Amino acid sequence: MTVFLGLPTASPGVGNLHAATPFPTAAAEALRDDQLRRNLSHATRTIRGRRLQTVAELDDWEQLRAAGAAIKDDVLDHLDRYLLQLEQAVTARGGTVHWARDAAEANAIVVDLVRQAGATEVVKVKSMVTAEIGLNEALARGGIGAVETDLAELIVQLGRDHPSHILVPAIHRNRREIRDIFRREMVGVDPALGDEPAELVEAARAHLRQRFLTARVAVSGANFAIAETGTLAVVESEGNGRMCLTLPRTLITVMGIEKVLPSWRDLEVFLQLLPRSSTAERMNPYTSMWTGAVEGQEFHLVLLDNGRTATLADPAGRAALRCIRCSACLNVCPVYERTGGHAYGSVYPGPIGAVLTPQLTGVADHPHLPFASTLCGACFDACPVAIDIPRMLVHLRAQAVAAGARQRRLPTSEAAAMSVLGWLMSSPGRWSAALRALWLGRVLGRRTGWIRRLPPPMSAWTRSRDAPRPPRRPFRARGRRR
Amino acid sequence: MSRDGSAGGTGRDADAARAEVLRRVRLAVGTQPPGVGVSRDYRGVGARPADDPVGLFVERLTDYRASAYRCGADEVGETIAGILGEHGRTRICVPHGLPARWTAPGWQVVGGDAPPDPVALDAFDGVVSGCALAIALTGTIVLDSGPGQGWRAVTLVPDYHLVVVRADQIVPAVPDAIARLDATRPMTWISGPSATSDIEFDRVEGVHGPRTLDVLVVAEGR
Amino acid sequence: MALFVTCLVDGLVPRVGAATVAVLERLGLDVAVPRRQTCCGQLHVNSGYPDQALALVRNHVAAFADAEAIVVASGSCVAAIRHQHVELARAAGDEGLAAAAAAVAARTYELSEFLVDVCGVLDVGAWFPHRVTLHQACHALRLLRTGDRARRLLDRVEGIELVDLPDADSCCGFGGTFALKNASVSAAMLADKLRAVDATGATVVTAGDASCLTHLGGGLSRAAAGARTVHLAEILAATRDRPWAPPGAPPHPRRRP
Repeated sequence: MTVFLGLPTASPGVGNLHAATPFPTAAAEALRDDQLRRNLSHATRTIRGRRLQTVAELDDWEQLRAAGAAIKDDVLDHLDRYLLQLEQAVTARGGTVHWARDAAEANAIVVDLVRQAGATEVVKVKSMVTAEIGLNEALARGGIGAVETDLAELIVQLGRDHPSHILVPAIHRNRREIRDIFRREMVGVDPALGDEPAELVEAARAHLRQRFLTARVAVSGANFAIAETGTLAVVESEGNGRMCLTLPRTLITVMGIEKVLPSWRDLEVFLQLLPRSSTAERMNPYTSMWTGAVEGQEFHLVLLDNGRTATLADPAGRAALRCIRCSACLNVCPVYERTGGHAYGSVYPGPIGAVLTPQLTGVADHPHLPFASTLCGACFDACPVAIDIPRMLVHLRAQAVAAGARQRRLPTSEAAAMSVLGWLMSSPGRWSAALRALWLGRVLGRRTGWIRRLPPPMSAWTRSRDAPRPPRRPFRARGRRR
Repeated sequence: MSRDGSAGGTGRDADAARAEVLRRVRLAVGTQPPGVGVSRDYRGVGARPADDPVGLFVERLTDYRASAYRCGADEVGETIAGILGEHGRTRICVPHGLPARWTAPGWQVVGGDAPPDPVALDAFDGVVSGCALAIALTGTIVLDSGPGQGWRAVTLVPDYHLVVVRADQIVPAVPDAIARLDATRPMTWISGPSATSDIEFDRVEGVHGPRTLDVLVVAEGR
Repeated sequence: MALFVTCLVDGLVPRVGAATVAVLERLGLDVAVPRRQTCCGQLHVNSGYPDQALALVRNHVAAFADAEAIVVASGSCVAAIRHQHVELARAAGDEGLAAAAAAVAARTYELSEFLVDVCGVLDVGAWFPHRVTLHQACHALRLLRTGDRARRLLDRVEGIELVDLPDADSCCGFGGTFALKNASVSAAMLADKLRAVDATGATVVTAGDASCLTHLGGGLSRAAAGARTVHLAEILAATRDRPWAPPGAPPHPRRRP
């Protein structure tokens, strides 16, 4: 596939990043699902309040946040150096490092490694990157079963569903829906299974226990990889991560190249930022760390590009690669709260998805996503690595408009309107005349001062709200001042 | 920059992928001078002293629904026996290197030189271990596979975990812990029992890891 | 000092411009309204047309080059002036314009900032005997960090009954062309905001931004709700002598000399 992106280095990412339906259509559809909206509203409200509390406990939060951003920027500026350093450190300790240009290449590497280990099934730790590359589908094509072991991922997998949140992929489901999925799909489950979270958790434990104990190969992502030491870190809550990372004799970790951190010491920043931003805990229940092949395991590390270097090539968009996948921006986003993650069409939903997905794939593939925001700024405030998502959205909007203009011969009606408006507004005389002409609109809305119906494109406005009736005269035409 | 040897993968494809990713990175960022260093004006090592680290640690632990016990240095063995009795845990395993005076007859030492068999570990109903250090502010226990901690699987598979923490192992905050730890050892950081927030963002304790976590804090100087 | 009216107030809600002038004049300030002003260009930039905004930046900077202080009764326009103008000029390679834009931006204040920080005033002598709830407009709150300034000004208004708006800091769903491009999401956000307003029992919902208020007002009108929108400047402009009256109502008897 060749897509011209205007950047010589850009090699777009492939995999589960591509929206089949444009955001506005998918969002409108999601909004019709009242249950979904209730589930999302309940869950995001719960976490929002708790995050503010946990963050407020640290009086140096802003300093940690600035340090987190600076460390990530340093990584991005010197990514080649840190990757080589990481490779050397991992290799020196008996691990094997693989490089993948895109999703297909990463999948092929993993399938080969699983075959070499003689396994037909792998247990998986929840990971965004393997969801991004569609690893489970690739394994299935290779005759290998993939068992998701994170509770939410298990719910998604058993429900033949798609993840809708970075941290809690089944956030769109409530307890009753989860109970129904378990009753329907879990072999040997108690048909009278209730909907208390503790009961559901117990069912998941029983379902996975034997698989953990007998699995030969595990596949994980990584939260952090330390270039200096070769140390990998995975943070989690349930212990499924520990099971996967320690019990099977072969461990395969897939990570995006941007996940590397320069030094061991940098973890003192990120292990404070991440848990408080994601689950609003002072510390997540479990963090596993290992360096190379340990405790008799065979260890493979797959370093993935898949559009990350294309993102890196744009200085104004690069900071999206600071993202540590905490999902704080999703939980505070008023748009995400109403549409849920599926509407974004990519494994990366919400505000960060709206800037990351179009950059990974090329903005021409997702021209609607940068517009899926009111620019309210809540995401920037919540981001533990200070990614200025609103500013980046505005930057990508210009790219989306430019990409659209390149594809079309005639300008869109919006572009034409913007041109006319720009032409009028750039001259005080023309603009005053235009504003005076607004009084023509006074034929409407005479009774209440509000207009109930306007022609397209303003009909999108008046479908659910009235429009103000223009005044007799614009303010500056009142002629009272110089 | 030249290729420095032992990169993984095999064959020409692997080499090509590696070279191509690195080429793309360099094209994207150019050759940048080394970083000027990151400003670290947050509270670093020693900058978050706690008046009562043990008290804070115990408070944070219990906040995560772990149970905390305290005893003097000469009472560890009997206290452990008492806690296990309270829970009715009888089939106990311990990692190599746990002080003999903490253990009781009938307990099995597991995971010597060879990795322990997970299925065999599942037959135990509890594990008693030490730790590398603990963090007061976050209620975290760090195991680094040292003596008395053993293979990571040993403290994972049994459904009950009792950790012995000496008061002098408790550091105030995360930076203090990072400064003391050796990155290259296999590590598990534990903050409360296994838990999940996956159902409606509500925290429920007890999933795959040990569903009960007890911590015995041993006072200094006795 | 000079008033930047903003295109929306100029064309659609001139009474907000008049109210802003009234408040400032009551404080003894001489208010100029430079004729050359049109629009800050935010709509163009945020819709993906930065090139067309450049001419507007040029015009804006020229219009206010001589102004000592520039007051704007709209947080989002101030945010555009502070955060976008210099960048646009720089992206176009016009360092001269960037410097001039930075100078104008440094002298530009959102109304509540100007009153509280520059004038050092909290009590502007207003009288507004209504039950009022305050919506925190996103750009003032998070881009300008105006904090509780609007709230503190309202607290000193005589006769006012201020009631807290639940989720006051969550977006109303306007977002410029977002309201058109993602009309259904926008409408869902608006509906939640209107529910919150309704729960307060307020007859007036106020904010410092005419754009949010146009959105909220259109929603309230469609819902035939009991509350209506009144801009912060209008509340601060209202006095016992010249009380606020709903637009469209017969003009009050005492006219300006």
